[in-house]
Amino acid sequence: MKAHLTRRYLFSASHRLHSPEMSVAENLATYGKCNNPHGHGHNYSLEVTVSGTVDTTTGMVCNLVDLDQCVEREVLSRYHLENLNTKKEFTVTVPTTENLCIEIFEILQRSLGHAHLEKVRLEETMMNSFEYTGNNGPPR
Amino acid sequence: MVYLTRKAEFSASHYYHSPEFTPEENRRIFGKCNNPNGHGHNYTLEVTVKGEVDPRSGFVVDLKQLKEMMHREVLDVMDHRFLNKEVPEFMTAIPTTENIAIAVWQRLQPKLQQAQLHRVRVYETPDLFVDFYGEK
Repeated sequence: MKAHLTRRYLFSASHRLHSPEMSVAENLATYGKCNNPHGHGHNYSLEVTVSGTVDTTTGMVCNLVDLDQCVEREVLSRYHLENLNTKKEFTVTVPTTENLCIEIFEILQRSLGHAHLEKVRLEETMMNSFEYTGNNGPPR
Repeated sequence: MVYLTRKAEFSASHYYHSPEFTPEENRRIFGKCNNPNGHGHNYTLEVTVKGEVDPRSGFVVDLKQLKEMMHREVLDVMDHRFLNKEVPEFMTAIPTTENIAIAVWQRLQPKLQQAQLHRVRVYETPDLFVDFYGEK
């Protein structure tokens, strides 16, 4: 039997949306208040969905302790209470929540050995959320 | 095709233990969840059904019937119970969130007539949930 397991994590970070490919006026027109040179912050809610066969002995898709440790080590310790623009992956790429969502998916895809990564869903605020599934097809 | 989701809540206790593991392995794999006295959760259940809207009733499914079925097949069996000791499925399978979602699916799926079961989602806490789509 195949099941999907989703775990939610919280982290807080600051960012500034500014593209070096745009003029000052274009940046301001595109990103508005998010272009403030001093940056601003969000409480992000991260949902990681993995899928796999439910192990007949343990009753689990994957061990939650392993999943938590992997997300803590690879994602939360990297981004929680940090300025996203200072990270090497966002020196050129703008740290929009779209790009952050894709980045987190790719980090986890490289490091999760316990189960198949199905989806990353990221809420920037209660009003905005983003989902990325890589090559898994549209979110269900 | 329209998808309809009905939510319900139940509270139950459980513990994780496999007779196939030694006591040390059980403790290492399941950690605090291996405490034989059990611990509890407030579970939230979301049942999603799909189907065409009946042109006369305007319904995908009669919500009253769905609600009663969820009560009869799931809540009456699992609410305020020690899952390992009182629910037949969990005399053999460990009552993980994965196995609870599968058990709910297997209880509801044969009883649904008007609409098709699409997804069973079980929240163990707001930070952990499992989806089961009936996939082998």
